[in-house]
Amino acid sequence: MTAFGKLIRTTAFRLTLVYLFLFALFAASLLGYFAWNTRRLITEQITATVNVETSEISDIFNRRGLRGLVFTLENRALRPGANLYLVTAPNGQALAGNVGSLMPGVMATNGWSETAYRRLDEQDTADHRALVRVTEQPGGFRLLIGRDLEERRRLFGIVAKAAQWSVLIVVVLGLGGGIFVARRVLRRIDAMTGTTQRIMAGDLSGRLPVGRSGDELDRLAGNLNAMLERIEALMMGLKEVSDNIAHDLKTPLTRLRNRAEEALASSGSEPEYRAALERTIEESDGLIRTFNALLMIARAESGQARGNMDDFDAADVANGIHELYEPLAEDDGMTLRVKTASVRLHGNRELISQALANLVENAIKYGKPLAMAQPLSAGAVGSADGKEILIEARRVGDSVLLSVTDRGPGIPTADRKHAVERFVRLEASRSQPGSGLGLSLAAAVATLHGGQLRLGDAHPGLIATLAIPALQGASDRLAAQTQDVPQKVA
Amino acid sequence: MTATDPQMRLLIIEDDRESADYLVKAFREVGYVAELASDGDEGLALAGSGDYDVLVVDRMLPKRDGLSLIGALREKGNRTPVLILSALGQVDDRIKGLRAGGDDYLPKPYSFAELLARVEVLSRRRGGPAEETSYRVGDLELDRLSHRVARGKDELTLQPREFRLLEYLMKHAGQVVTRTMLLENVWDYHFDPQTNVIDVHISRLRSKIDKGFERPLLHTIRGAGYMIRDGIR
Repeated sequence: MTAFGKLIRTTAFRLTLVYLFLFALFAASLLGYFAWNTRRLITEQITATVNVETSEISDIFNRRGLRGLVFTLENRALRPGANLYLVTAPNGQALAGNVGSLMPGVMATNGWSETAYRRLDEQDTADHRALVRVTEQPGGFRLLIGRDLEERRRLFGIVAKAAQWSVLIVVVLGLGGGIFVARRVLRRIDAMTGTTQRIMAGDLSGRLPVGRSGDELDRLAGNLNAMLERIEALMMGLKEVSDNIAHDLKTPLTRLRNRAEEALASSGSEPEYRAALERTIEESDGLIRTFNALLMIARAESGQARGNMDDFDAADVANGIHELYEPLAEDDGMTLRVKTASVRLHGNRELISQALANLVENAIKYGKPLAMAQPLSAGAVGSADGKEILIEARRVGDSVLLSVTDRGPGIPTADRKHAVERFVRLEASRSQPGSGLGLSLAAAVATLHGGQLRLGDAHPGLIATLAIPALQGASDRLAAQTQDVPQKVA
Repeated sequence: MTATDPQMRLLIIEDDRESADYLVKAFREVGYVAELASDGDEGLALAGSGDYDVLVVDRMLPKRDGLSLIGALREKGNRTPVLILSALGQVDDRIKGLRAGGDDYLPKPYSFAELLARVEVLSRRRGGPAEETSYRVGDLELDRLSHRVARGKDELTLQPREFRLLEYLMKHAGQVVTRTMLLENVWDYHFDPQTNVIDVHISRLRSKIDKGFERPLLHTIRGAGYMIRDGIR
């Protein structure tokens, strides 16, 4: 496409053309209206003058007869810029006046007509046009009085000229302005297109130029830049995660492969092969679980699970998880207790249950008191023998807190932020089976609900808390209820 | 693990050739009559004409996706139980699948043992007796109305959840019930615990119903799950 072709295809230029057409139409109709009205005005003036003169002269004819009439007409015809006069006898012979020739038949018809004429005293051969009125006078005489239309024609000429010029000016200025604006816009769009092409080619760091005028293009560029920043951040996050996944899935995959290879190489018996195959399936089940957890986290983080939210009681979730895990904890020589207050919550019940389950599983796995610390902490903890895990659901301020407290070694403050990251398994937990995704999922679920996962010190032990904003409606109802009570008392 | 009823008929609607062949072979080995359709239109035609006990439907199919296939079947009044297989394993996908008219939902990748256990439960559901008020396996008896459980002459005391666990197992007596099925149906959780939490519940239940009795009723099926049945049948 040529530069000019590009220019005339711009929106700015097309808009200019539309406006140009509209303005030209406007100018033309304005001038047309002006011309038509002026013409009407002039015609009215002529008519009025002629009418007055006709009645004057008829009057003179009535009072002073033909002689008076002829005298008056001759007299008036000599005045500068005189009207047209002609009196004919009943036989058609011209008696007086300043009209040399007329179009045939004009004198024969009474009333108004437009005619070409020539004055008696004029030498030029060009015909002029006039508006005339013919009246019949007593005795068969006919009187013509009229006025030249030159004035009207000249005015028309002026208006036509004005129309030509104004249209010309509108077109020239409009086109010029259009091209100017279009080129300006085009230059900026071209700059943006260049940047986007660079970005499309893979350079995500490119940003659109933003001017200082703050106009719509600058705002657009600003927003696009913000979008690019977000995309870049997401891409970085994605890359990090996929690097981690690649790294952490390779270990179990390698193990899987090694086992299969080993079984293949050894000339084992059928039970041995069987055992190897069973271990392979176990290992791949573990991989599938890891994948599922990763997908779940990704889903929670991307906010896709938002569609599946309803209102429920956090206490039910805590009791349900307690009921599910209580025997498991007991088998591990620990006591799982639950303490709940009824708190309404809006969210994905399944995800919150799973997050809480992960925290409980962690507590069961890692929350055993260290053997050495036990004699010391036994007194501090009081009634419990230090093997207690507590699930709590309560409301503090605007938040619903679902927490799991253990009496284990806890997580050092420095490691807490780190512990939530995907695949991170702290030193103490390496010996235990697990994917390293439990806390990440709990954190992602909390974030999905607009809350957070807090890890704190339970002196001794770890307190892991899902803090989620409480249901607004419920808090309002609660507030309304608490307001009601004192009113009733009062 | 054998299909106890003779000639249980199964239609597998799955476009991936390899997994479809694997499924057909595996189901035939355990005694099912398994037929195969490889796209949605063919599946709908076959399901509509043939008399099948269970349909196993992949969710993403060429020509017509699994959910629309089920919808079309249900619209025609076909009530054959449907198990949906899907790579989409999230809770809301599952709910969507069940809303569309599916009877069970199994995310990929799955173990054949899990699939078989669920198909057996579905095929038994069809034409089987509706909800009974009491179940009996050997000398173990469970009354759903009075919530009483007895083995022989001994009255057993169960926690509410243990009762529900036993109830589910006895409802499907003679069928393999997987851990996931128990978690879904007894606890209504659809996530995957990283620990053997179900096994602990089972072993508690076992200690109540089998301990001290000569013949155990609650069996562990290796690599699959659990089954309650009278040893001899």
